[in-house]
Amino acid sequence: MRVLTSLFIAGAALAVSTAASAGTMEDVVKKGFVQCGVSQGLPGFSNPDENGNWTGIDVDVCRAVAAAVLGDASKVKFSPLSAKERFTALQSGEVDILSRNTTWTLVRDTALGLNFAGVNYYDGQGFMVRKDLGVKSALELDGASACVNIGTTTELNLSDYFRTNNMKLNPVVFEKADEVVAAYDAGRCDVYTTDQSGLAAQRQKLKDPDANMVLPEIISKEPLGPVVRHGDDKWLDVVKWSLYAMVGAEDLGITSKNVDKMKGSDNPKIRRFLGTEGEGGKGLGVSADWAYNIVKQVGNYGESFERYVGPNTPLGLERGLNAQWKDGGLQYAMPVR
Amino acid sequence: MAVDQLAPATRPPLFYDPRVRAIFFQVLVLGIVLLGGAYLVSNTLANLARQGIASGFGFLDTTAGFSISMSLIEYSEESSYGRVFLVGLLNTLLVSGIGIVFATILGFLIGVARLSQNWIVSKIAAAYIEILRNIPLLLQLFFWYFAVLRALPGTRNSIELFGLFYINNRGLSSPSPIFEPGFSTIVIAFGIAVVAVFMLARWARKRQERTGEQFPTFWAGLGVIVGLPLLAAIITGFPLSWDVPKLKGFNFVGGIVLIPEFVSLALALSLYTASFIAEIVRAGIMSVSHGQTEAAFALGLQRGPTLRLVIIPQALRVIIPPLTSQYLNLTKNSSLAAAIAYPDIVLVFAGTVLMQTGQAVEIIAITMGCYLVISLLISGFMNWYNQKMALVER
Repeated sequence: MRVLTSLFIAGAALAVSTAASAGTMEDVVKKGFVQCGVSQGLPGFSNPDENGNWTGIDVDVCRAVAAAVLGDASKVKFSPLSAKERFTALQSGEVDILSRNTTWTLVRDTALGLNFAGVNYYDGQGFMVRKDLGVKSALELDGASACVNIGTTTELNLSDYFRTNNMKLNPVVFEKADEVVAAYDAGRCDVYTTDQSGLAAQRQKLKDPDANMVLPEIISKEPLGPVVRHGDDKWLDVVKWSLYAMVGAEDLGITSKNVDKMKGSDNPKIRRFLGTEGEGGKGLGVSADWAYNIVKQVGNYGESFERYVGPNTPLGLERGLNAQWKDGGLQYAMPVR
Repeated sequence: MAVDQLAPATRPPLFYDPRVRAIFFQVLVLGIVLLGGAYLVSNTLANLARQGIASGFGFLDTTAGFSISMSLIEYSEESSYGRVFLVGLLNTLLVSGIGIVFATILGFLIGVARLSQNWIVSKIAAAYIEILRNIPLLLQLFFWYFAVLRALPGTRNSIELFGLFYINNRGLSSPSPIFEPGFSTIVIAFGIAVVAVFMLARWARKRQERTGEQFPTFWAGLGVIVGLPLLAAIITGFPLSWDVPKLKGFNFVGGIVLIPEFVSLALALSLYTASFIAEIVRAGIMSVSHGQTEAAFALGLQRGPTLRLVIIPQALRVIIPPLTSQYLNLTKNSSLAAAIAYPDIVLVFAGTVLMQTGQAVEIIAITMGCYLVISLLISGFMNWYNQKMALVER
């Protein structure tokens, strides 16, 4: 027995000494690309286009980070993850960033050993029903079956909402988002529930999108944002400021089209932002023109929004909460100085 | 010369002693395995601590807060994660148990059909086996789930049977029994009947061994098992009523609902595994030489007793070991439930609970432990049955 004990102690000592790993920043620079965890196909957020290129506002966050760190927004590799797999993939180091319409919650931020780097889309959970059901409000859903994706905040909010309103719920929980949509389409459920943006996106996949309607109630707060591992502050800073750079560029009126002209601007805020003045990039451990690269190669937050989820896209989402702070929205970038 | 070499019985040096060597290497291997295990465990713990990920089993007492579509025991949103685990485990056991029963029955039928003299019957059985066992189970599962779902009407246009059963795309609603006081009398009567039949069977066997006279045990037993509880029911005045499902709002309220997820999972598992069992049964029966049948006929045994007393006991020796593997496969395959929303242990415990607590290491360990225990129990039982069935050599 004593032999066993000493073996265990020896093993433990060995393990602890090799437990620490290099920072994500150094890893990314060394391997030359950012490994980005995305959804398995959510139009507008992260979805492969007809050429197999990943597009969407979540994808743009990863591209911005690659532009800041490596100077090239195309140096991103994508790992499509289900809602269930996503945190394990990040925790185990399989991906460097998780940018997969992920809701910022206390448990995820703490007990899961993760850090949220900001919010790139303020969302809320909604319900979709078939029009012929004749339901006008979510409060009429007593006894309804609801199709929902496993491992999401949606699953819990749904139970909470039905519980607080004394309604009976029959949840039908699937592992993949596509199966949720297919089951709803096959009539297994009365209601399909997910984030409002998700409803708008997945609706395109239904047999007859127009036969369905989104109910007016929004039952939760769903701040979606990029996530990194806990305990790697340098990497957290880079991801956080890459997102701020996109939002801040819109605030300052810098777009991918006018960024070269803006470089010659006299405005000290813009000069600092684009790295022609000051040493902002040094603290982040990236080149001085990091923000320039982001705006030039990816565009600002507004451009990204308009491109993938705005009113002129199939999703047709309004800016709403995601407008700039000065337009009554919540998007507010910290100053670059 | 030869005598000289044999005579000195000196022991070889310690290092060349095969017994010492054997022990040395076994200790070495054990040590390496233990070290490796200890390294993995401590490395995991260190990494969890470094990243600030919660650990421990305290979460099992925390309120779950989510609903589950099917539960064999009392469950509500206020129940704990530990309760969720039980609900999931029972659902897994239920679908595996039912799958095993149906797969066995169907497998035996098809296996026998495959050996039929009738060309059409044997070819249909062969086609069934070749198609079902060569398509991945997950695809079959999706096929049954979505094929069944799309074929069924919505709740408001349910197919109605006798005003008691309703079939729609939310499942099969059927009346559920409500036990009223006095029902226990019937249960006791049933228990007495079972014991009585056992004793009857023993007596009949002894009598046959002694005198050679046969007794219609089956029919007499059936009469007792049905008759005695029926008598008790008449005396107590049928203390049982039924809760008949009624359409209210979106769904049927009351009664028992067999959800489509359960039906399609049980169906897919049974049909898939039956195709393997059919081949095992065929192999088993073919392993018994035809001479056995001829010998039994020569002794004057009829077809039924020949099959029951001569062929099947010998075929079972060959059938049981591979059958055990199929049972184990079926049980483990039931974890595919997660793909079609059947709330088994993988979906609700290793799925939802894992996501909400983030304690992957503990939850996956518990889940793996459960499957291990279930599998060991099944194979333990089958080994016992196999020993019982083995040829007793005289």
